[in-house]
Amino acid sequence: MENSQEQILSEVTGSEYKYGFTTDIETELIPAGLNEDIIRMISARKNEPEFMLEFRLKAYRHWKTMEMPRWAHLNIPPIDFQQIIYYAAPKSRPNPKSLDEVDPELLRTFEKLGIPLEEQKQLAGVAVDVVMDSVSVKTTFKETLAELGVIFCSMSEAIREHPDLVKKYLGSVVPYTDNFFASLNSAVFSDGSFCYIPKGVRCPMELSTYFRINAANTGQFERTLIVAEDDSYVSYLEGCTAPMRDEHQLHAAVVEIVALDNAEVKYSTVQNWYPGDKHGQGGIYNFVTKRGICKGDNSKISWTQVETGSAITWKYPSCILKGDNSVGEFYSVAVTNNFQQADTGTKMIHIGKNTRSTIISKGISAGYGQNSYRGLVKVTKNAAGVRNFTQCDSLLLGDKCGAHTFPYLEVENDTAIIEHEATTSKISEDQIFYCNQRGLDNETAVGLIVNGYAREVLNKLPMEFAVEAQKLLQISLEGSVG
Amino acid sequence: MLVIKDLHIAIDGKEIIKGINLEVNAGEIHAIMGPNGSGKSTLASALAGREIFEITKGTVTFKGENLLEMSPEDRARKGLFLGFQYPVEIPGVSMVNFMKTAINEQRKFKGLEPLSASDFLKLMREKQELVGLHAKLTNRSVNEGFSGGEKKRNEIFQMAMLSPDLAILDETDSGLDIDALKVVANGVNKLRTKNNATIVITHYQRLLDYIVPDYVHVLYKGKIVKSSGKELALVLEEKGYDWIKDETE
Repeated sequence: MENSQEQILSEVTGSEYKYGFTTDIETELIPAGLNEDIIRMISARKNEPEFMLEFRLKAYRHWKTMEMPRWAHLNIPPIDFQQIIYYAAPKSRPNPKSLDEVDPELLRTFEKLGIPLEEQKQLAGVAVDVVMDSVSVKTTFKETLAELGVIFCSMSEAIREHPDLVKKYLGSVVPYTDNFFASLNSAVFSDGSFCYIPKGVRCPMELSTYFRINAANTGQFERTLIVAEDDSYVSYLEGCTAPMRDEHQLHAAVVEIVALDNAEVKYSTVQNWYPGDKHGQGGIYNFVTKRGICKGDNSKISWTQVETGSAITWKYPSCILKGDNSVGEFYSVAVTNNFQQADTGTKMIHIGKNTRSTIISKGISAGYGQNSYRGLVKVTKNAAGVRNFTQCDSLLLGDKCGAHTFPYLEVENDTAIIEHEATTSKISEDQIFYCNQRGLDNETAVGLIVNGYAREVLNKLPMEFAVEAQKLLQISLEGSVG
Repeated sequence: MLVIKDLHIAIDGKEIIKGINLEVNAGEIHAIMGPNGSGKSTLASALAGREIFEITKGTVTFKGENLLEMSPEDRARKGLFLGFQYPVEIPGVSMVNFMKTAINEQRKFKGLEPLSASDFLKLMREKQELVGLHAKLTNRSVNEGFSGGEKKRNEIFQMAMLSPDLAILDETDSGLDIDALKVVANGVNKLRTKNNATIVITHYQRLLDYIVPDYVHVLYKGKIVKSSGKELALVLEEKGYDWIKDETE
């Protein structure tokens, strides 16, 4: 009985990564390794103002004093930071004015990924910024957005065109001293997306960034900054893929969100970096710092993530709830199959009065995958009337994978109401047989059951992304049932 | 429709069904009755293809094909339906989504296009009415939070949706009050045609007050020890299973 269940699970969760192609495109690289000259070189290539170079150098000098964090429930092989290439850019005109100027090979790449840069997105009403290796390739819809005063552009462009905004907010949520990977990112980040929603504006379309690592031996360090002024709203989507390569590649991004009075920011991620092969060879190391601050009263930041990719994921999208009555949300589905490892969760820091947070985390482990939830709920002394609800579920497919939960609670104000619920379950053979008896094969059955399990989170994604995420969940577990 | 010859079924090496012969033709309703532990549910699950049950001997043909070689999903797609004694819950999967997937898998198998959303919803409404399943239940997750009676009614609803050639109802009456029993029986009667067949597995005679079988078989210690017309059920009701036991031992 156990055997047949095992077999079903392993069959369903063993398929291949579908985005593993590479693009043959001329790439401009700088030498591997990291030192102050390299940082100056990156800054110079991007024609950055002096303040940025200073920011980078300070970060680099601080980073040199730090060590890689070891507290996560992850087995991380040593990383040689001098072997990594910190800047790679597809050779093409730096600022394409129209799609005709974009390298056709690049356009084909994004077509293969299902990211049409043209009409289709226009119909769907999504503005896209595309970051290939280290630089932003193309941002769509800029003019339409500009009419409303919304700024949506690459980080490089923001540094050049809107230096005051960047200077004011960059590093304000994740300081360059924050942690090992955030410091590294601050020193070497090459591009990313910048998004500014002016006061009172409801951004009429989803803003979306697709990240793609293409070049070999390179790291990707993108930096995203979202600022939502008073009474504004924006929904932001992020997708990521990478080619299949035998070596591990480092991805260390930083995302900062600032929400002012009554502002709301929804940030959704479908992370599908190359997870490595069935034997744990290759795959992306995904060490990401994402943090938002609800700076204004009644503001809201909502993180939704579907994490199916990467060999190792180390990621805790967090909310600092500073404004009174502000709301933080974290909805997560994390899948680890084969030899993937994930240590992911959130931090909800309650500082303002009557602040509320919700955490829904759904871990799915298959193969030899190890999945850890790590979450902190902190209530500071003056934060009266705080409410938190945490639900943390684990689903195990097979008996060689693992699920772990590390909840931390620091409550300094006794008016707080904190709830934590946790469950661990398996897909039962009864459930699979029930589906079989209605004409569903094992793969369809497991896909359906897993999607049902994750539904609460998937429902939070914008429609278009939800469909993609559902398929992705099914694909990333193919061959794991058996 | 279904021809069972000298069927032996074991679980963990222990023989439960010890040589059964049974022929079910289109248009017929058969009742299989028997005391607890006689092997009724084993027979039902094994026919549906549950792997833990090992067929040690015998043959089963379904619509002229070797049933035992088919995967459980292919048996279902070819028109064999099992109404479960204990329907399982699938959290987060709505009945609508579940049924849509099931119907379209069946259609794909038959080389048909998926049902359009509007046709599907029309079918849902029609069948909901037929079996008296409250519409709100189909918006919920599969069997999640359903009462015992609702779960059974939901099985009949799924049967109505999939319109199988052969339905095996495994103790569908257990745990039902008399009103629910009537609704379930009513559903079965309405779905009956001259082209399909039903095997009703039950411990009690009372279901057979509402579903009138053409044949009644008594299963005892892994064998069919008596087969007769519907009047056999009444004898069992009156005399209990001891009468059979006395007669066979």
